[in-house]
Amino acid sequence: MLLPALLEADNVTKSFMARRRPRVGVGQADTQRAGRVQNNLRDGMINAVDGVSLAIPAEPTLISLVGESGSGKTTLSRMLLGLEKPTTGTIRYRGKDIFKLSKEEWKVYRREVQAVFQDPYAIYNPFYHVEHVFKMAIKHFKLADNAEKARALMEEALRAVDLRPQDVLGRYPHQLSGGERQRIMLARIYMLKPRVIIADEPVSMIDAAVRTLFMNILLDFRDQYGISCLFITHNLSTAYYLGGQLVVLCQGKIVEQGDMDEVINNPRHNYTRQLLNAVPSGDPEKRWTTKLTLEELNAY
Amino acid sequence: MQVPVDLGLQAKPKGPDTLIDVRDMRIYYATTAGEAKVVDGVDLRIYRDEIFGVAGESGCGKSTFVEGLLRLIKLPGYIKSGTAQFFPKNVEGKEPDEPIDLLKISQQDMRKLRWKHIAYVPQGAMNALNPVMRIDDQIVDAIHAHVNMSRKDAIELMLKQLNMVGLPPYVANQYPHELSGGMKQRVTIASSISLSPDVLMADEPTTALDVNIQRIILQELKEIRERLGLTIVYVSHDMAVHAELADRMGIMYAGSVVEVGTTIDIFKRPLHPYTQGLIKSIPKIGGPRERLVGIPGLAPSPLAWPSGCKFHPRCSKAMDICRQVAPRLGVVEEGRQVACHLYETQPKVESENSERTLSEIKLHV
Repeated sequence: MLLPALLEADNVTKSFMARRRPRVGVGQADTQRAGRVQNNLRDGMINAVDGVSLAIPAEPTLISLVGESGSGKTTLSRMLLGLEKPTTGTIRYRGKDIFKLSKEEWKVYRREVQAVFQDPYAIYNPFYHVEHVFKMAIKHFKLADNAEKARALMEEALRAVDLRPQDVLGRYPHQLSGGERQRIMLARIYMLKPRVIIADEPVSMIDAAVRTLFMNILLDFRDQYGISCLFITHNLSTAYYLGGQLVVLCQGKIVEQGDMDEVINNPRHNYTRQLLNAVPSGDPEKRWTTKLTLEELNAY
Repeated sequence: MQVPVDLGLQAKPKGPDTLIDVRDMRIYYATTAGEAKVVDGVDLRIYRDEIFGVAGESGCGKSTFVEGLLRLIKLPGYIKSGTAQFFPKNVEGKEPDEPIDLLKISQQDMRKLRWKHIAYVPQGAMNALNPVMRIDDQIVDAIHAHVNMSRKDAIELMLKQLNMVGLPPYVANQYPHELSGGMKQRVTIASSISLSPDVLMADEPTTALDVNIQRIILQELKEIRERLGLTIVYVSHDMAVHAELADRMGIMYAGSVVEVGTTIDIFKRPLHPYTQGLIKSIPKIGGPRERLVGIPGLAPSPLAWPSGCKFHPRCSKAMDICRQVAPRLGVVEEGRQVACHLYETQPKVESENSERTLSEIKLHV
């Protein structure tokens, strides 16, 4: 018997209004702008996420959510974080709709569900030292009652992600590398000890050595502190490294989900196979032998 | 302290298919904290018609190296020293075999070379498109800035280029915001090679894109090379991409090249401990799940490189000599160079009359 889910999306749909302007004439090879031709695209609603149910169980788990760009990964993660309201369906935290939480409950949810975003450059305020992100969290969640304790907390958190406090504290964000900034986000998370991390493409902008370090920290967080993670990526090789569960999202719908090893070794959906094949093998003797065409790519 | 060795630098560098011959290139940034030696003595030879992969962690100087070859270094950065002999085809007013030193010529002369002879796809190139101009106007403008050509011919050329990267002609009439990231990236590639340059310098062209689009762009680059005989210098931190694309590779660490070889050699028998670490940190799909260790420690700062071998603080095989003497890049075997005290190297850059021809080096799928 499974414990009730910690955070779950129940049949969630998010629609956006898509405006399709009439496009310019196509295919006239000799002159461009031969005239505007109406094509058959009309204004309408697009379901970025289309009837998705996903549960992060109470026991520590790693769930990888994969799909190409435009498959709805980020929209789903934003809804789970409470940054976006679903058009239909509900997001529940400990069984309660997150948009109907009391002020106190909301604060608990905010603390227990933490985010890491893709771009480590965009999340810092360039005018503040990096410890600002720690200080805000300490203040907001009242983690320490004096400056000394706050400092000790920060240093402990930085050491937990393999950063030397003296290298980082007192610096401005632009003085740090992308990998360092991304790890500072993990240090902040370590300080808060949440139940769930929602990490949206956290490693796509940092390089291989730091990527490994980052993923190892996620594994340690799960094993040592029981922190679950929803890891969102387009690259199946990073997802495979983490193990756990795999959820494949295509055009806003879940097309395949299950145990990581099972899905990778025996993918049932063609879309999963295509994603798998697009990952470079990392072996110059096993290069791609077939060609992926645009038609195949647009088939899903 | 450095041991003076004869690297054969005085020998005439010209081999039959050398396209760019870089010797001891140094690019420094004068900062308030001191001189940042971002590129600190790069020796590399790039052959005509190959795909040369430049790999290394962020901050190793790989982008600055390429910007240096294109003379795009802005103050407070400056070219401290070095030469980069470039052997392009059919440059106006030059003998065919006469090299051009890319690090010495004037900016005006460089302007004439850019695009026509050296094309560049910078990092985040898709953001280079002008948001208020249609794609066709942008490409045609760029063509007109470099060659005399009628508007009609320029449009035709542009459509041919778009077709080459698999884009339908109507893309020409669209604005950048109407295109996806992958399409924009392909537009910049199409535009950059429209004047059949000798070499295309691509700096992380697929890093922000998803795996399917990355695969399509890599396939296209390979096809373009086969069709046009283009040389491609491909800069990326992603070793798996190099495994897929590159014929030969150079591994950079802390501003200099530490290993050069064919892609097969580099992956099957990495010599430098740093290269070994890079290859070990490639995540694999399938098979047993092992915890990757990566490379311990952090990349050093260009303001204060470690003494001796710059990699020694992170190297598990460091010896006493590594802390004191900087190893120079030298030949270990035919077509293979490494800068490491673990190996006996011949103190010269590369044999002039290489037995191996380029077609043997090239990997064909």
